Amino acid sequence: MISLSQLLFAYLATAITGLALLAVNARNPVHSVLLVLAMFFHMAGLYLTLNAEFLAAVQIIVYAGAILVLYLFVVFLVNLKEEIRVKRFVVSQHYAILLAIGLCVLLVSNMDSFALGISGPWTIEAIQQTTHIKALGRELFTTYLLPFEITGLILLVAVIGGLVLAREDKATTKGNSDDENAETKGVHQ
Amino acid sequence: MDTAPNFILTPLAPLAPELLLICLGLLLVVVDLFLGEKRHILPWLAALGTLTGLFLLGNGSGHFSDGLFGGMYILDAYSLFFKVICLIGVLFTVMLSVRYLDTEKMHQGEYYSLLVFAAVGMMVMVSAADMIVLYLGLELMALSVYCLVGLLKSDSRSNEAALKYFLMGAFSSGILLYGISLIYGMTGTTDLQLISQRLTELNLADNTLLFIALGMVLIAFSFKVAAAPFHMWAPDAYEGAPTPITAFMSVGPKAASFAVLGRILLSGFPELHVHWGPLIAGIALLTMATGNILAISQTNIKRMLAYSSIAHAGFALLGILATSNEGVSAIMNYMLIYAFMNMGAFAIIIMLNNRERRGEQLKDYRGLAQTNPVAAALMLIFMFSLTGIPPTAGFIGKFYLFLAAMNAGYTGTVIAAVILSAVSAYYYLRVVRYMYMYDSEKGEAVAMSPSLTAALIFAVIGVIGLGVAPGWVLEMASQSLPALAQ
Repeated sequence: MISLSQLLFAYLATAITGLALLAVNARNPVHSVLLVLAMFFHMAGLYLTLNAEFLAAVQIIVYAGAILVLYLFVVFLVNLKEEIRVKRFVVSQHYAILLAIGLCVLLVSNMDSFALGISGPWTIEAIQQTTHIKALGRELFTTYLLPFEITGLILLVAVIGGLVLAREDKATTKGNSDDENAETKGVHQ
Repeated sequence: MDTAPNFILTPLAPLAPELLLICLGLLLVVVDLFLGEKRHILPWLAALGTLTGLFLLGNGSGHFSDGLFGGMYILDAYSLFFKVICLIGVLFTVMLSVRYLDTEKMHQGEYYSLLVFAAVGMMVMVSAADMIVLYLGLELMALSVYCLVGLLKSDSRSNEAALKYFLMGAFSSGILLYGISLIYGMTGTTDLQLISQRLTELNLADNTLLFIALGMVLIAFSFKVAAAPFHMWAPDAYEGAPTPITAFMSVGPKAASFAVLGRILLSGFPELHVHWGPLIAGIALLTMATGNILAISQTNIKRMLAYSSIAHAGFALLGILATSNEGVSAIMNYMLIYAFMNMGAFAIIIMLNNRERRGEQLKDYRGLAQTNPVAAALMLIFMFSLTGIPPTAGFIGKFYLFLAAMNAGYTGTVIAAVILSAVSAYYYLRVVRYMYMYDSEKGEAVAMSPSLTAALIFAVIGVIGLGVAPGWVLEMASQSLPALAQ
């Protein structure tokens, strides 16, 4: 007997996989971005079924709201009508598909041996009593303080790296390049 | 209900080396903004900071702690040893970079900053006792290195290298996370010690899904150390990257990944050795074969060293295979030796690099013994060491690795390793043949620089010193091992 939540999960999982595949294969970048948007909404739905309302909201606000809009801006600014075609890095697509299917079969056929481990202190009741954001914040700034700080560092490196790779080379524009760089830095940060 | 834990902020003093390097990375970015034309002090600042970091590491070596931040961050002799290797790698890279960046007209101050952040990432990785911290350290390191690889923006090879490295890295991170999530689901924890406890508590030792999850973690790290069959990205990434970064990639991130692999397998999953033992043996064998055999046909010396680095990863895997203190200390010893000899070889490549000639083709080494006997002699020493010919350090490194694997009963694998090691003599000594047995086409002098000279002296002292007096490193390495829960 399949329960409603199992049915919901089956729908969401299929939709996420399907949308992701479509997004990767879409020829038009705008279609691609929109398919990813739909996928993000389904992922938010998945979080809802797991009693993670806050994560679901964050998923929509951050991913759908901010990151995807940024993607769209890039697509508009670069004005890509067709995808850029580059030489394939891998010899054949077929091996990749074969490997992916193999991995999928391997995982699904072994799902039976999954045994849920020992749960932590945050049961659904505990979270409902403390409320999501409070529980999350408390964990983030106590137990997971170190990972949280390292994440900050990763974001900093991403900013510096993106900036270094995106700005114009100094060798080509010698004269006033210093001022230009200072400006770009300001904008990016 | 109040589930808030009694939270006490960890004292930060033991983290001094990491914190110092983070400050150094930030300082380099800020100082670069205001320096303008006086940028040449940046490498000295970076080198000074790294040296101070090494000093702080040595200073803190007495105060180990196995539970900073609620057990997420371990400071033990094992992590200390690998941190020293990583910082030595950074120091070498800075010394190699000065002249290279000049000839290639790369004047980004962020170069050194990213290098330092990569070092912080590696230090976090080797100290991590929790899968989350481990993964974040890995990403911190990887992100910095992706950017560094792509820094030669006008060179399409560098762009391709960065893109390939990034895509493969992101892919392997995905696999790693999938593996970690499955392990978390089945044990309910990301703490390596606890995982090991719960494996026995929950009877997970022969659970197939857990084995698959561990396999995914192994595959992800095989990507990171460029072990076959997951090595495809390495030759392209190594060839396209700026040469000092190639040298850095083959030393720092590799050593850190081996440290993590050792910690995960030996402290998290020792019970599963029956499962992962044969797997690692197969990967090691395949890696040594692929690296050594494909290196033979290379004419670009950076590419050849890329394959050689793949082959060396295969040798180092033998130490993990041994699952003994002996094996782990052999890996630690080997990684240190490899840092010296590989950095030395790359220093020579950079020395030969000038505007007309990249110093990357094998034919650039024709007659080097006539035009520059000292450089040729040094290259000879590094090539001998990479082959593993006594009395160089390379011999000692391989000897202890083979011995450890042998004592653990993997005789067949060791025999194959010795044969493949003999194969490697062909391509290493070919460089020597080009230098000594051919006449130079045009007598070009090589330009030296103080930092490059320092790097070469440092490297040659390391290679000869560790070869002649290997005892103290091994002793230091084996001292650090009780901590690894054996």
